[in-house]
Amino acid sequence: MSVASFAVAVAVLASGTYALRWGGVSAGARVSLTDEAALLVERAVAVLLVAVVLTGTLDEGVETSDHTRAVGVVAGVVAALARAPLVVVVLVAVLVTALLRAW
Amino acid sequence: MARDVLPICVTVALIGVSYGVTATAAGFPAWQVVALAVTVLGASSELLFVGLVAVGAAPLVAAAAGLLVNVRNSAYGMAVGPLLRSGPQRLFGAHLVNDETAALATAQPTPSAGGRVFWVCGVGIAIAWPLGAIVGAQLGQVVPDPRTWGLDAVFPAVIAALVLPALCDRPTLVAALTGGLVALLAVPHVPHGLAPVLALGGLAAARLVRASR
Repeated sequence: MSVASFAVAVAVLASGTYALRWGGVSAGARVSLTDEAALLVERAVAVLLVAVVLTGTLDEGVETSDHTRAVGVVAGVVAALARAPLVVVVLVAVLVTALLRAW
Repeated sequence: MARDVLPICVTVALIGVSYGVTATAAGFPAWQVVALAVTVLGASSELLFVGLVAVGAAPLVAAAAGLLVNVRNSAYGMAVGPLLRSGPQRLFGAHLVNDETAALATAQPTPSAGGRVFWVCGVGIAIAWPLGAIVGAQLGQVVPDPRTWGLDAVFPAVIAALVLPALCDRPTLVAALTGGLVALLAVPHVPHGLAPVLALGGLAAARLVRASR
């Protein structure tokens, strides 16, 4: 890949990404949302985050033989449900996954 | 606040290391790895961009795929927009909108607390991500496979931990589970990164729950 084509592609990705973020930020700040709409936006954020978690955990499909990451993520979530601090959640997820793979 | 922000930034830096290693292994020079990290500041879109180019995709096609991954940041932006003062602050703050800052900021009890934590976490990530990428690019092929560290499990676990409190609200839980199912079913059939956006269809399910009460 030439430097020029890299530069163009990165410029597209970076400016496009900024435009997506700015579009949301300025819309959210300009329009004073009703309580109903604000609740909907917060709910949309939660829905997106959960979808990111699920697809990030199982992005190789459920039929893969490697379930180590899914087990690690679930272990981290269990720690979070037990109100463990975030650093513990991180460590649990890493250790469980790495140990399962080292096995 | 530091209790939550610090592990997030450390995690982001570690994922940045694995991104740097991956990109270097794919043939990207260090300056390109860092340029992507600083200007895009969106982990999954950069990993996808690097991965696609590595398997021979045209750079512009890879950039378009990366943009699809980042569409969800518009919704995050709408949620944190009211927390940012207009002017230069908002212009710069927009660049810091991502999964982690949105999850953390919306989980705070008050808007002012949300704004504070957004900035601390956002600036922390803006430093940690490129820093990790630089380290990863230097390590290059010295480290065989970042997956052996179990790092790929950290990001989903952190986001899950941050979003858990929001799921105590029943309609939100129903919407999230429905949307999550939609996203998982869609993954094999839509361009990479679009699946989470389709999950927004789950919001319709929340409406049903409310109506039934």
